[in-house]
Amino acid sequence: MAAVAKRPALPAILLANDLLDGDVVFASAAGETLAWTRDPALALVADDDTGAERLEAFAVSEFAAQRVVDAYLVDVETSTGRPVPRHYRERMKTLGPSNRRDLGKQAGEGIAPSGQRA
Amino acid sequence: MYRYDEFDERFVRERVEQFSDQVARRLDGSLTEDEFKPLRLKNGVYLQLHAYMLRIAIPYGTLSSRQLRQLALIGERYDRGYGHFTTRTNLQFNWPKLRDVPEILGLLADVEMHCIQTSGNCIRNVTADHFAGIARDEIEDPRPTAELIRQWSSQHPEFSYLPRKFKIAVTGAEQDRAVIKAHDIGLRIRRHPDTHETCYEVSVGGGLGRTPMIGKVVRDYLPKADLLAYLEAIMRVYNLEGRRDNKYKARVKILVHETGLEEFTRRVEAEFAELDGPSINADPAEVSRIAAYFAPPTYRALPERSTALETARAGNPDFDRWVEVNTTAHKQPGYAAITISLKPVGEAPGDATSEQMRLVADLAEEFSFSEIRVTHAQNLVLPHVKLSDLFAIWRRLGEAGLSSANIGLITDIIACPGLDYCALATARSIPIAQAIARRFAEDTRQKEIGELNIKISGCINACGHHHVGHIGILGLEKRGIESYQITLGGDATQDAAIGEILVPGLAAEEVPDAIERIVAVYLEQRQAGESFIENVRRLGLAPFKAAFLELDRAA
Ligand code: HEM
Ligand code: SF4
Repeated sequence: MAAVAKRPALPAILLANDLLDGDVVFASAAGETLAWTRDPALALVADDDTGAERLEAFAVSEFAAQRVVDAYLVDVETSTGRPVPRHYRERMKTLGPSNRRDLGKQAGEGIAPSGQRA
Repeated sequence: MYRYDEFDERFVRERVEQFSDQVARRLDGSLTEDEFKPLRLKNGVYLQLHAYMLRIAIPYGTLSSRQLRQLALIGERYDRGYGHFTTRTNLQFNWPKLRDVPEILGLLADVEMHCIQTSGNCIRNVTADHFAGIARDEIEDPRPTAELIRQWSSQHPEFSYLPRKFKIAVTGAEQDRAVIKAHDIGLRIRRHPDTHETCYEVSVGGGLGRTPMIGKVVRDYLPKADLLAYLEAIMRVYNLEGRRDNKYKARVKILVHETGLEEFTRRVEAEFAELDGPSINADPAEVSRIAAYFAPPTYRALPERSTALETARAGNPDFDRWVEVNTTAHKQPGYAAITISLKPVGEAPGDATSEQMRLVADLAEEFSFSEIRVTHAQNLVLPHVKLSDLFAIWRRLGEAGLSSANIGLITDIIACPGLDYCALATARSIPIAQAIARRFAEDTRQKEIGELNIKISGCINACGHHHVGHIGILGLEKRGIESYQITLGGDATQDAAIGEILVPGLAAEEVPDAIERIVAVYLEQRQAGESFIENVRRLGLAPFKAAFLELDRAA
């Protein structure tokens, strides 16, 4: 499996599943470096090639470091001020099962109430 | 029920240890994802959209109260308090953490359960008629055969890396409740017309997915004793000639189709003739050892009818309706089999909470010799219940939201997890099932419509059996939105058929109306006593298509 699939249209975010827990995680800015967050609102948005390359490099190194699996870039829409995947499949990953609103990110799982990085 | 011998016990415990070690090595970095993935899949661990998923084998759908309680416990302790019963009569947990899986496997091993043969290109968990040992139309209990195949296949080195997954189903009854014709191999126990010996009718090359096919009979009457040698012959032909270059063409159905039935049969028979039957076929002593585990429980001698039941029915129309719809006549006088619907209107088909599992386990212990069955239609069965106990059971099921009287009806919908959970999905299935169930919730309406199977898959893999639904619904993606294709005329029984496309693409919100429209044509055109599927068979697709054309014109 290639660590990163073909690059989608920009702007884009990087998401993956945590190796140990399976939870969906997003790459976010942590000072100069990148770190994983479970909160989609905190995902770092890459608007240009440099940004996308940075996310891709992070995907490769984190996959190699056995921290995440299934890491890939997802194109997003940002008009609401927070990144929302354009494709409904990827939107599901930022929410949780639509028949169980009490579960997953839509129910705040793994997301700090203050909106701080989890 | 089948109990592990020391060999089984050791085998399963060793697998738990191996997998614990593999997880540890994955976590410390000595195994890469590419190395680890096939190992986790061999132990039933998938990665879905939101989390990992653990698929637990329920061989031939038979569970004990103790096992179901353990599943409830696992659901509560390591998952989100519920599990999903699948069309392959397995149970899936949607939220386990990889770090917990070794412990979960240990808990499963404590109750003689595991996740072996739930994934990968091996012979998968063998399924059987959920009314095995109960049904009045049964010639012989199919489970000893299923168990024999399980033992033979799970240890068989030649068959652990097949070109593709391989699914076997067995029935011992006239009526096929195990969808044997949609399996790679389907076995039907039947009597030879001359010798009256019990034999197997062997079908090969059924399967759903991208290229749906109905299995074809390669042997009408296979002597029972020759089973394993004959299966081995089929597997050898497949292993040798099945395509490994293209995973979409790798199932045995493609080989049977491309080779032609006659030539395929000839090759199997030639291989069978070459094999040393006695060295492969099961030792008769072993066969009877296995069969003994499935001996009927010690029933009480009871009259055919129960006045207590009749009084309760007369006094309570809801109960009366439930008995009519959800119970099945039992071989043993005075007993019935209950099908517990996991399709309460508005819920996800096949989901059960840990509390519900515990209740069913308790009821089975009190009233059904501690035995439970899982059906391919994603419901549960209490197989041996006294007629006089039905009322008490119904009341307790009702308290847990499990007394829906809809088995076989329009709201008893099969649905795969679809895009709400599954990483391969192209569209959601569960909300479609929920919307249809809500639309047709009213009992009188369901009753008027009668038997009608709706089956929904969230992608072409067809885990929700949509091809063999009377009405099949397939979720696809069209131009960036979820789109639903409707097929008509599929059949999962002995009259197996693949449905034909009626409407290529509907938006999710349009689906309930479309079902309504199809049902209206049936209600208008049916003859006395004609079921939905009989009606479709008689009329063909034309009048149903016409109803949709009218809709287009009106729009
Ligand atoms: C992570 C979840 C799942 C994955 C990745 C998955 C994958 C697949 C794939 C790839 C196929 C097509 C096989 C082929 O055509 O060769 C398939 C078929 C099938 N799966 Fe699933 N599946 C999943 C969940 C389920 C569930 C929940 C059920 C039961 C509700 C199920 C039951 C079946 C059945 C009955 C078939 C079609 C029969 C056949 O094999 O021809 N699967 N699945
Ligand atoms: S049919 Fe498709 S969407 Fe449904 S469970 Fe199977 S693979 Fe997933």
